[in-house]
Amino acid sequence: MTSIGTGYDLSASTYSPDGRIFQVEYANKAVDNSGTVIGLRVKDGVVLAVEKLVHSKLLVPGANRRIQAIDRHIGLASSGLLADGRHISNRARDEAANYRDNYRELAPLKLSDRLSLYVQAYTLYSSVRPFGCSTILGGVDKNGPSIYVIEPSGVFYGYHGAAVGKGRQLAKTELEKLKLSELTLREAVFEAARIIHLVHDDAKEKEFELELSWIGDETNGRHVPVPKDLFEEADRKAKEALENFE
Amino acid sequence: MDHFPTNWGRPKYDSFDTHATYPIHNRGHAQSAASNGAVQHTHFSHSKSALRQPIVTGTSVLAIKYKDGIMMAADNLASYGSLARFKGVQRLHPVGDYTVVGASGDMSDFQYLQHILDGLVISEEANLQDGHTLGPAEIHEYLSQVMYQRRTKMDPLWNSLLVGGVKDGKRFLAFVDLLGVTYSASTLATGYGAYIAQPLLRKAVEGREDTLTEHEARTILEDALRVLFYRDARSINQYQIATITANGADISGSLKLETAWGFAEGIRGYGAQTQ
Repeated sequence: MTSIGTGYDLSASTYSPDGRIFQVEYANKAVDNSGTVIGLRVKDGVVLAVEKLVHSKLLVPGANRRIQAIDRHIGLASSGLLADGRHISNRARDEAANYRDNYRELAPLKLSDRLSLYVQAYTLYSSVRPFGCSTILGGVDKNGPSIYVIEPSGVFYGYHGAAVGKGRQLAKTELEKLKLSELTLREAVFEAARIIHLVHDDAKEKEFELELSWIGDETNGRHVPVPKDLFEEADRKAKEALENFE
Repeated sequence: MDHFPTNWGRPKYDSFDTHATYPIHNRGHAQSAASNGAVQHTHFSHSKSALRQPIVTGTSVLAIKYKDGIMMAADNLASYGSLARFKGVQRLHPVGDYTVVGASGDMSDFQYLQHILDGLVISEEANLQDGHTLGPAEIHEYLSQVMYQRRTKMDPLWNSLLVGGVKDGKRFLAFVDLLGVTYSASTLATGYGAYIAQPLLRKAVEGREDTLTEHEARTILEDALRVLFYRDARSINQYQIATITANGADISGSLKLETAWGFAEGIRGYGAQTQ
């Protein structure tokens, strides 16, 4: 890495001579080392899926969730440093609650613009480090379903299908193959599970837990974990598809 | 202009109006104009908090236990003093999956409470998703704390509330008011209904809580609502009924009371005058 030893990577408040902020780029590395997180926006809802890498068999199954609820109608999945992701989800909850208090209606997913400003503020000062996580916000508001990704630099984009983390490249090619605007929510759950299983690299990482959440007409516009029976069916079919794929 | 009608004075001299829904014209913080035109300061005119009074009010809420759970009823009227101002107001509010809160008293305070309770359910249930959910007992306890804290701040939320629900196979029905007073019984009624309907409900329900069918419970409440509509000048003949059972809460649409006025025909002052 050319940045090391130059002295320009010691603070988020210093540019390198060619105009880069290395601390932000390092923050992206923290994301790239983490399990894959994907989000699918389909015609009637959103599905979030996480490949949660389990570093110890002693951990309680289901602990350290990476998908959080922000409001009834918004979900957040984070890749990278889990504690940073939790901090962002706390902030997002505050934002959603404030919006509700001020306007007495559901916060729109444009909420992510305020969240992105918060993330960006952590790229400005030498006293703080940028967030080591990329965040996918998904939900359904009065403008229909949408997904936003907030990166450590503070940029945010809306997507039809988003992938961050270790397996993002493969996940993106798989997402591009799907006709996201024509899929139903239920079909998207199966695709999401399949992609997470596909991008998981058995050789490097031994264990992982699949996390799935969805929101749409089928869930009455509420962001909830995918129910057990559907989860197990999607998990099983994803494993079958993987065997046929290889 | 002063937009508070209670400061406008009364058309005739009355230290208080026996038919009003609230004590008229002796608000502690208000500067009341004395008869000689000089401005009189009361004890509380310099106090920080304002003792308010209800403006737009709802009348009685009724609730009973029956075989399958709790049934609650309230009419659709929000009065502005004695004026029937809003005739399509829902005074029963579902909270979470197991509970319904019914409110009489100030409707804007009730709307505030609805907002608080919705926020509570989001932060405690939707966001945490830890498998713990708020049942009617928790909602009632929370409400009683809020109501008591506000009365202690000399700024009460001017409501009488009934909280009913079913969770884990247990029925729950309790009362809390603007002072934070709570009690529980198998039949409850707020406001005027506490005088008029409560004895009727007790007679019909007590001892039969585990055998009353949904149809019977509904009939009991409708009969009580009808009596209230005949007797309570702040009531209306449109109402809603909430049923909370093990299957969750269901709040009906607006229903119409069947009433009979034939008896009034021959009474002087009611029917057409024939003499």
